[in-house]
Amino acid sequence: MSEWRLYEVFVRSKHGLNHKHVGSVHAADNEMAMQNARDLYTRRSEGVSIWVVPSETITASASDEKEVLFDPSEDKVYRHASFYKLPDEVGQM
Amino acid sequence: MYAQMVDTGTKRLKTLEEMSPEERDFQEKVDAETKIEAKNWMPDGYRKTLIRQISQHAHSEIVGMLPEGNWVTRAPTLKRKLQLMAKIQDEAGHGLYLYSAMETLGASRDEEVQKLHDGKAKYSSIFNYPTLNWADMGAVGWLVDGAAIVNQVVLQRTSYGPYARAMVRICKEESFHQRQGYQILLDMMREGTQEQKDMVQDAINRLWWPALMMFGPHDDESPNSQQSMAWKIKRKSNDELRQMFIDQTIPQLEYLGCTVPDPDLKWNEERGHYDFGEINWKEFYDVLKGDGPCNHERISTRKKAIDEGTWVREAAVAYAEKQKQRAAKAA
Repeated sequence: MSEWRLYEVFVRSKHGLNHKHVGSVHAADNEMAMQNARDLYTRRSEGVSIWVVPSETITASASDEKEVLFDPSEDKVYRHASFYKLPDEVGQM
Repeated sequence: MYAQMVDTGTKRLKTLEEMSPEERDFQEKVDAETKIEAKNWMPDGYRKTLIRQISQHAHSEIVGMLPEGNWVTRAPTLKRKLQLMAKIQDEAGHGLYLYSAMETLGASRDEEVQKLHDGKAKYSSIFNYPTLNWADMGAVGWLVDGAAIVNQVVLQRTSYGPYARAMVRICKEESFHQRQGYQILLDMMREGTQEQKDMVQDAINRLWWPALMMFGPHDDESPNSQQSMAWKIKRKSNDELRQMFIDQTIPQLEYLGCTVPDPDLKWNEERGHYDFGEINWKEFYDVLKGDGPCNHERISTRKKAIDEGTWVREAAVAYAEKQKQRAAKAA
């Protein structure tokens, strides 16, 4: 089976929600990946739409890049609404 | 438990001081209940132990289809046949979720399946017992899936993210298995003939002890537990889980109006748990070693399925190739 390509599977559980990663399947081609994903991940009406994506085409951030990528946003408190204090008289904003 | 006696390759726990900086970092993350993900650094032993445990768990789901497959053509009604097929399809699905989780650790599915076929990888001892009458389908769902649930509910909190997430998905589906099994037995006990009621008791008599063996050896006979618990791969000990299973199952057994083949079973007011007799450990180790009633048959059935399916897999690849060439020509 490993001679078949590995695909990552994303399922939209309801209209209006986004697709979420649920797991992976092996398949000889895209159509088969879709069929296998349907059989494996939506046996109990878990979804209304499926994406299958060849795993090798995904570029992922490495865990040792975590600081480089995400630390810069840590010290920018002014990006959050809570940074801006308003007088009570102004009310909800 | 679907994974029994998973080797961790360590005899003694390292202290934080003895660990390399990477190991210490890892252990602190585990201690803080931060899930480990595929791309994170992990000790070699952790990776190997997980591959062993998850593959064993997956093999159990796959081999677990066989005792039930025996009854698809013999189910008493169309309704029962459909339910049984849905359950078997779920087991295949569970096997695949788990193989997927295992692959995130860099293991190859084909290689791990080959180890099973070569007798180098284990699967749960329970599936080496035959399913002799229809009530066995009820007893398997109720007791075997019931024991698996006790184990798997705890594994939803296991430290490796992909394994934990597969467990969440599996647990959602398992309760259907257990309820349909119990209902088979309930119907037989309520509406069945004396002969059918005897079948229920016979199924319980044969499967009770093997179901208790699913949790593995006693804690003090379980050399790998300490490391597995430190890594939080395992969250509760074998004996703890076994006791939980017995405590929740006996009231259900009494409601059926059946008994278990254990003269020592009785409620212990002081402990707040049921006491129970000693498991036949020789039988457990024999079955695990490959000398159970069905070990040979199970593995040869799996091999046959893979071998005779070769042409289908080859045809699928050939077809995909042809479609690709056609699309290229048309473009």
